[in-house]
Amino acid sequence: MLLSLNSFLVLGALLFCIGLFGALSKRNAISVLMGIEIMLNAVNITLVAFSSAFQHSAHGARLSGQVFAVFIITVAAAEAAVALATIIAIYRRKSSVDVTEINMMKW
Amino acid sequence: MDLASIVFLVLAAILVGSALAVVTLRNIVHAALFLVLVFGAAAGIYILLNAEFIAIVQILVYAGAVTILILFAIMLTQNPNSRGSNPMNRQALIAAFIAAALCAGIIFALSQNNAISAAASQAVTQNAGTAVAIGNLLYSPTSYSYVLPFEIATLVLLVAIVGAIVIGREED
Repeated sequence: MLLSLNSFLVLGALLFCIGLFGALSKRNAISVLMGIEIMLNAVNITLVAFSSAFQHSAHGARLSGQVFAVFIITVAAAEAAVALATIIAIYRRKSSVDVTEINMMKW
Repeated sequence: MDLASIVFLVLAAILVGSALAVVTLRNIVHAALFLVLVFGAAAGIYILLNAEFIAIVQILVYAGAVTILILFAIMLTQNPNSRGSNPMNRQALIAAFIAAALCAGIIFALSQNNAISAAASQAVTQNAGTAVAIGNLLYSPTSYSYVLPFEIATLVLLVAIVGAIVIGREED
């Protein structure tokens, strides 16, 4: 059956791995951030799929998956704001956003 | 095949295709615009899963705010000698191998897990809206709810806003 839990989980896994590949393989720091956003979206899809599939379980646990998705969206927005501010600050100092060149915190 | 299955297939194809475009396109502005498509298709998936509230929040926060942030960051970090370039680094082959191995591992684990496949045998349920229930679960002071984590999340947002301003402003 196509609309079962498993198909949504497989979709989430595919998206997560595409995002992981983007986050690992890009040079531009903003592209790395875009890969991370795709990964967070994949996790959200997985959580919402679980919450829909187990909608008739115990009290209180019914929609917890969707509440967790709300929290993940919050944290993702905060993370995007801080990460992009950091990228702009680094660009101002080094005129580059190439993550292979940025080694200020390495010794 | 019913309508919902066709919608799922179309949305899944858009999601995977545009996610691949995000990670493979060389022009970073095009990649950011395909990211909007990923977010929009994910909102469609949420509606398919009866999570209208999450779908609306997804459109507002991701397709609205995060995309604008990313486009502004791209605009502010363009310099003439790296214009439009978004190259892979040297570990791209290893990264592709790791991602493919992880994907195969997850899908293999899904096919092996009995508890999940028991739940997966019945279709994802279709019923009424869930926004009211989510509101109760998030804010309700009397029944079991997520009030405390919600307040901590607001604190995280506040710290992130102040931190972004402090990090991003010009040094004087």
